[in-house]
Amino acid sequence: MFLRAVRSEFQKILTVRMWWVLLIVLVGYVAFTSGLLAGVFGGLGDQLASSGGNAPDITDAALPPIIYSIASSIGYVFPVLFGTLATTSEFRHQTLTPTFLAQPHRGTVLGAKLVTLAVFGALYGIAALVASVGLGASILSATGHSTALGDSDTWALLARVVLAMAIWAIIGVGLGALIPSQVAAIVIVLAFTQFLEPILRLMTSLADWAAGIGQYLPGAASDALVGSSIFTSMTAAASGAQSLEWWQGGLVLFGMAIVAAGLGYLTSWRKDVT
Amino acid sequence: MSTSTTIDVRGLSKSFGQVQAVTDLSFTVRPGVVTGFLGPNGAGKTTTLRMLLGLVRPSGGSATFGGRAYRELARPLATVGMALEASSFHPGRSARHHLSVYGTAAGIAKNRVDEVLGQVGLGDFADRRVGGYSLGMRQRLGLAFALLGDPGVLVLDEPVNGLDPEGIKWIRSFLRQLAGEGRTVLVSSHLLSEVQQSVDQVVIISRGELVYDGGLAALDGGTRILVDSPDRAGLESALRSAGADVLALEDGLAVTGSSAADVGAMALTAGIPLSRLTPEHTGLEKAFLDLVGEGGRP
Repeated sequence: MFLRAVRSEFQKILTVRMWWVLLIVLVGYVAFTSGLLAGVFGGLGDQLASSGGNAPDITDAALPPIIYSIASSIGYVFPVLFGTLATTSEFRHQTLTPTFLAQPHRGTVLGAKLVTLAVFGALYGIAALVASVGLGASILSATGHSTALGDSDTWALLARVVLAMAIWAIIGVGLGALIPSQVAAIVIVLAFTQFLEPILRLMTSLADWAAGIGQYLPGAASDALVGSSIFTSMTAAASGAQSLEWWQGGLVLFGMAIVAAGLGYLTSWRKDVT
Repeated sequence: MSTSTTIDVRGLSKSFGQVQAVTDLSFTVRPGVVTGFLGPNGAGKTTTLRMLLGLVRPSGGSATFGGRAYRELARPLATVGMALEASSFHPGRSARHHLSVYGTAAGIAKNRVDEVLGQVGLGDFADRRVGGYSLGMRQRLGLAFALLGDPGVLVLDEPVNGLDPEGIKWIRSFLRQLAGEGRTVLVSSHLLSEVQQSVDQVVIISRGELVYDGGLAALDGGTRILVDSPDRAGLESALRSAGADVLALEDGLAVTGSSAADVGAMALTAGIPLSRLTPEHTGLEKAFLDLVGEGGRP
């Protein structure tokens, strides 16, 4: 019965256009950003460093992980939006009615949605990596830098990017169930991820006592899980930002996903469908 | 088709905060006939149907299909089919995909999708996105969803709404056919005239309470005689003293329980000239409005 529910959720996603529209934007955005970074640091980094300017202090060995992890450090908002939209559209188009008629056990439906979106989040992660590694590594090798693709640490990092993207999609489903209004949910996701959290991470990194809190912010936990991020390398050099171990970051992020989904189930998901 | 079961509603109640939407509602819907579920807008019809299907949690009482609540049914969509009033479609999904998404979740054979689309006359539009459908086509798609599992019980909320005259004619004969196959069919409407040609039994609710449960024929108010005279007061007292049941209207008198010939004879005996003597068939609609309207029971 659970498998049927999962197959139904897969069909729901694949029979409307949203999944590939978001995917194209994600791949384009990640390709552009990682290409730009690889070009700037790979092509100009040497000149900037030798001229003694204020270029960020990024060593040659740190460069490939930073560029590859653009897939999640910048791209993570896409699986969140995907999960949120997939859930809120059920409220918006009143499709919870036929959904709960076909499968009256609502917990089963939510579980199937979480599993399905986790799979799509992972697929988004792979697609984003194709963009960031594909373009990033080409530019790095063209400018005479190491691509680090022979290093098993690099591949472990790529795997953790995929895991992070899957968890972000689950967080999206939970948020969608918590905030059934589609417009409100999108505004909150974008405002938090693109504006509020970067500011909070920067501010918490300025004081020691706050840095301990800042590392538990979802974006910071995600970057800790992946193990590298343009954001942490830009601020860590200049400030005292702390970071969790990768597995701690993963647990924090997954915990947030489970709490959001659980609260969503207890609030809107169990409500009367009128 | 799966076995038809009765729909049993027992003491069903629902309150939304302070508002009592449905109060202690009890009735039974039998297989093999079309039962109309009637009441004015806001009477609690949709809330009752949604409680029946487990979408709204009752404050009290129960609603079961052959003794089992909807969520306890082993194969819900194959036991009860429903078309609910709200258009619950993703506008970007085609009709075929819409049905297939829910058919998959309910474990219904894939070939049923094309069968029911053909049955409701949407075969040629199956791959068109539902966002471009007319209201009538959406109603047909809702009906296709109801038929998807070939269920023995059908619950249809305002299925006539938005259909053109041809569609209305089609659905009337379709409902008859479904009941003729032995299915249990419950059809809601806020207008008796919409369904009176296709239903045998009626359940009427008003302000969330049951006001009538029985055959359609027994609801008919019968015939009354409209009568008037230049001496209306004299006529009224003459008819009353002759034992007639008289109601004073603005433009004359209405007599129930007597034939036109009787009323004419009473006037002749009293020597009162008549200016009007007309039999009037009050009909179902009037009886319905008397039950649910301002003059009805509270």
